[in-house]
Amino acid sequence: MAGAVSVSPGGAPSTPPDGGPRPLLDVQDLHLDFGGIKAVDGLSFSAYDGDILSVIGPNGAGKTSAFNCITGFYKPTGGTVLIDGEDITGARPSAIAGRGVSRTFQNLRLFGELTVLDNVRAGMHLRIKQSALDALLHTPRFRRSEREATEEANRWLDFVGLRGDRGGPARNLPYGEQRRVEIARALARGPKLLLLDEPAAGLNHSEKMELLDLLRRISALGVALVLIEHDMGLVMQVSQRIVVLNFGKQIADGTPEEVRRDPAVLEAYLGKDEDEPQAGDTEVPHE
Amino acid sequence: MFWNRKKAPTTAGTARAGVLNRLLGDRRLGWIGFAVALLAPFVSATNYSLSVMTSAALFVMLAVGLNIVVGYCGLLDLGYAAFFAIGAYASGILATTYGWSLLATVPVVLVAAVLAGIIIGGPTLRLRSDYLAIVTLGFGEIIRITANNLDVTGGPSGIYGIPGLDLFGLDLSDPVAFYYAVVVIVALAVVGAARLGRSRMGRAWRFIREDEDAAEAMGIHTYKLKLAAYIAGAVWGGLAGILFGAQLTAISPQSFTFLWSALILMAVVLGGMGSTPGVVLGAIFVSLLPELLRDAADYRFFVFGVLLIVVMIFRPQGLWPSTASERAPDRRPDPAEKEEAWQAQ
Repeated sequence: MAGAVSVSPGGAPSTPPDGGPRPLLDVQDLHLDFGGIKAVDGLSFSAYDGDILSVIGPNGAGKTSAFNCITGFYKPTGGTVLIDGEDITGARPSAIAGRGVSRTFQNLRLFGELTVLDNVRAGMHLRIKQSALDALLHTPRFRRSEREATEEANRWLDFVGLRGDRGGPARNLPYGEQRRVEIARALARGPKLLLLDEPAAGLNHSEKMELLDLLRRISALGVALVLIEHDMGLVMQVSQRIVVLNFGKQIADGTPEEVRRDPAVLEAYLGKDEDEPQAGDTEVPHE
Repeated sequence: MFWNRKKAPTTAGTARAGVLNRLLGDRRLGWIGFAVALLAPFVSATNYSLSVMTSAALFVMLAVGLNIVVGYCGLLDLGYAAFFAIGAYASGILATTYGWSLLATVPVVLVAAVLAGIIIGGPTLRLRSDYLAIVTLGFGEIIRITANNLDVTGGPSGIYGIPGLDLFGLDLSDPVAFYYAVVVIVALAVVGAARLGRSRMGRAWRFIREDEDAAEAMGIHTYKLKLAAYIAGAVWGGLAGILFGAQLTAISPQSFTFLWSALILMAVVLGGMGSTPGVVLGAIFVSLLPELLRDAADYRFFVFGVLLIVVMIFRPQGLWPSTASERAPDRRPDPAEKEEAWQAQ
């Protein structure tokens, strides 16, 4: 379970050893078929350290499916996903998480009955150094690792600006706060690459402004950010690059300015109703 | 299904339990329980009451072991008596046929329990809730029927003449001495399970129980950790099996029927899944109540059933449910100050 890069809220970003142009995330010709339906159809894009990349597209365009392929929740039917040049296509989600890829879910997936701190500790699972024997005997190593985990969890919660009670169950927090906890949990994984699935959904205007600021501070840690987002204001403000999908195909890839003027994008995307929920693009499967 | 259902939003009951937990503290509570168990023979020390109390203590150990699987990890196991049987038979056979002391059988039982956990858990833990329940139910029956048909296990008549507990030359077969030995061992088992539950592994089990996909996304290999929970449960069950053989001196397949698995599960659910004090209380309740109801004669199990239903209606989350609460961290930033920090950036 090695390969996790530890990122602390105040720490310096991790830079690739060669400093070269090798992308952190490289998706090549990704395909995902459900029976006859092509959810993802030949998607290629890449993201670099410190990038903020948005994936946009109408509902059902295959954005969440692509996320699920990258993070191992779906096995792609074709194509490859490389993290730091390493092929992780079709690996177990936990193995991909161990390579420094972290994610949030479109519909909040917090551990609702557990405390907020425990939720964030989940992200640190691979880095907490203690054995079952340490736990049974309460060795100094156990106490130290628990204390460090609690301190780090608190630092991440400070980083995302959580105001609510940290010692109580996560489900008791208001929605916007739960979103912060989910991001803190994903950051605690120590990711090189963070995939956020509609982080602004359900947030009010001021919460969105805070999110914008948070995304920039995450990026400043050297974490590459890839987000799926429907809020065009946020996307245009925060993204360095935008990838546009439609019917599982990539129809544009460029800066916000380029994408805004792209005729194919205007035709396929901006003319349509973007708020209409649609099946197939919303859920992570329960197998 | 019921074991997966989210608990109702904080009720007065859970709030009260939370206050109780905070007032007493896990550690102090444990010492009080231990002291009560140590003092119990001073209230009544007949052979009958000692035997009932010893059984209750053993039942606590089983319930705490099953709680690792069901309460912490959320895996429904309807065949837990299988591990109990494996421990009892492994030590019983070694002690009677080969003349080992019970203490010497412990490493063998540990290995047998771990192997049984891997063999039963390995193929089945890829299944989810309902399917897993059915398969574990089947394995529980397979173990019992196997014991019923093998020569080495004594067939339907089982094994008899299992020696009493003997620790380093100290004879503990006297009912009082045996009771105290069991109480100490069970206390260690309870503390051990609770400590596992509060560790990195125990948290991972709870993450799996709450949301398997989210746990996996955080780098938790859910299959390996579910197997670990299963093995831990098997070890607790197997060790309890040794003590069970020592107490009864004879075991047979009838000792490990589905009813046992069901009763242990009932103790866990009744007490409060995932809560150590709850499960201990539930186990004592389930094992002592039929004895206390002996006056009701033929209606004993009828009254027992009605009482269980009443408890589950009024306290669906268990007698002493687990509550997620940690002491408020002292280094929480002032909200107003935080607000300014946001604005400034």
